[in-house]
Amino acid sequence: MTTTHPSAYPAAKTDRAFSLRKVLLTIGVIFVVVFSLAPILWQVLTSIKVNADIAAIPNVYFPRQFTLQHYIEIFNRRPFLNYMLNSFFVAATSTLLCLALGTPAAYALARLRVPGERFILALVLIVTLFPYILLFIGLLEIVRATGLANNYLALIIPYTAINIPLTILVMRSFFQQLPRDLEDSAKVDGYNTWQMLVRILLPLTTPALVTTGILAFIAAWNEFIFALTFITRESMKTIPVAVAQISGTAVFEIPYGALAAATVVGTLPLVILVLLFQRRIVQGLTAGAVKG
Amino acid sequence: MAKLELRHLNKTYSPKVIPVKDLSLDVDNDEFVTLLGPSGCGKSTTLRMIAGLEQPTRGDIVIGDKKVTYAAPGDRNIAMVFQSYALYPHMTVYDNLASGLKLRKMHSEEIRRRIAEVSGFLGLDSLMERKPGQLSGGQRQRVALGRALVRQPEVFLLDEPLSNLDALLREQVRAELKQIFESLHTPVVYVTHDQTEAMTLSSKVAVLNDGYLQQLDPPRRIYTHPANRFVAGFIGSPQMNLLDLNCDRGAAVLGDYRIPLPTGATPPARITLGIRPEHVELANSDVNGDTQTVQGKVILMENLGMSNLVSIRIRGAENVTLRALIPSDRTWREEMITLALPSEHIHWFDVETGERLFSEPLQIPTAHPQTQRLDIRST
Repeated sequence: MTTTHPSAYPAAKTDRAFSLRKVLLTIGVIFVVVFSLAPILWQVLTSIKVNADIAAIPNVYFPRQFTLQHYIEIFNRRPFLNYMLNSFFVAATSTLLCLALGTPAAYALARLRVPGERFILALVLIVTLFPYILLFIGLLEIVRATGLANNYLALIIPYTAINIPLTILVMRSFFQQLPRDLEDSAKVDGYNTWQMLVRILLPLTTPALVTTGILAFIAAWNEFIFALTFITRESMKTIPVAVAQISGTAVFEIPYGALAAATVVGTLPLVILVLLFQRRIVQGLTAGAVKG
Repeated sequence: MAKLELRHLNKTYSPKVIPVKDLSLDVDNDEFVTLLGPSGCGKSTTLRMIAGLEQPTRGDIVIGDKKVTYAAPGDRNIAMVFQSYALYPHMTVYDNLASGLKLRKMHSEEIRRRIAEVSGFLGLDSLMERKPGQLSGGQRQRVALGRALVRQPEVFLLDEPLSNLDALLREQVRAELKQIFESLHTPVVYVTHDQTEAMTLSSKVAVLNDGYLQQLDPPRRIYTHPANRFVAGFIGSPQMNLLDLNCDRGAAVLGDYRIPLPTGATPPARITLGIRPEHVELANSDVNGDTQTVQGKVILMENLGMSNLVSIRIRGAENVTLRALIPSDRTWREEMITLALPSEHIHWFDVETGERLFSEPLQIPTAHPQTQRLDIRST
């Protein structure tokens, strides 16, 4: 008994210190989660409240009556499914283009001895620094001159162009992390550069591809100004524009319920996308390639 | 079954960075040639040029009778084992072994047959469906070796394949490598900085330094007849004693002693004497009358288990330290110790060029018999 006492006491003490830390950490986590998720929660709750509850003063925080009326409204009275498909098509195409064009460029900049490599990289970096709104005026002129208005290309091309620098920079740093021996080994095995990129390097860079792909997709999905200006035909509009254009029957009536429902519907695909690929993003595929 | 030839190979990155200056080397069918040298001697660059991963600035590489100097790595029939193994992490062991064969559009039956043969041989059968991440270091090393073997190439290249294994495993794999490559009759070029690997594995060792080939000989001869001072100091552990001495009337002056030079040579003003610590013996009464002995003060003793490495300061030469490897069971009483320097184990090198002098088996001059014990004589 006497031998257990001295050792038990310090153990209890560290336990307490540890749990205090734990409590603080939990409070911190809860604070951050509430801070960032509360607006979304508010939107979700609003979207399932009846109009009377939405307008009630004092605020009704938790709906007293559930309704799907607002969802039915945006899909029945407005072509929301159509808007979503538009958005999806534009975002997916530009994302794929981005990866298809950016990845080989990133590899070339990372590994092949490209003359003026530093200059090209600096250029890529500078492009990302351009204020968005300056590009917009010029692009509007180009779209007008080429007659691309009301054509998905008017969105796909700028979205791809805007996201390519990010793709190149992220993928380049990822390629640089891959062991060089792996590529040498592939060359000795008889792979040419293209086969090596497709069969050896891309499978290893999936986490990076997925990560940059999702970033590019989110940027394209959420883009508002180009979509608002270059596309005027109702049937071709994308989600952000459609949500912004929801309005009530009268000037003074703001359809909060429908807006909330549209926001939820517009965000949901992104949430699903991230959840779907979450594991891929985290996965460390290079484990075991080389020693250590 | 081809011969590998390197002709006046040179690789220049910039006027100041020239890892390989002028290297000519032949590797025959049954030969296992090790490129050995300190880091930066150009051995890895040479191997990468043979593989086609680097292009030589000048010179030619010939495999069989085909000149492949500028051919792509995949177009030369070579296989390489990398230091880091460089297995494809997303492929199973089977696919790792098969990938090089599939690319050569080999028949799938033949691929299966070759893999079965090699995997049985290397004991990889139970690992075929695993990915490299699930293998231990030794297993990965085997897979990397297997990937080279299934290719049945014309030349094998190995780049320090053992350096990532722990000491015990390394000895075991080293023995296996020797057996495997002895049975293959294919030229092997092996790069290492570990002289034990070089000595045990190779049929010939190519010692490189500073971009030049210093010596190309069987391991035994590299050890017994180092071509120059660099090879003498690089091969052998503990390092050979290399002492720069003045010459006087057909003998080198070492402190109070005179070490006779071989006859028939014009003695230079200064000369380098080399003798391996393991060849310096503790002199006792039965020392052959011909043997040169010196006496000195023990300044340091290091226990290496099997033997003691003793550093002595030779009488009359305050700045010269001689190291001797003396079996642990041999003891001596006094602080002063008498050591024998058997003349057949003494190497002479030119002080200026470092080249070996009197290259053939050394003869003690008969006209100057060393009958008396030199430790009692002083100059």
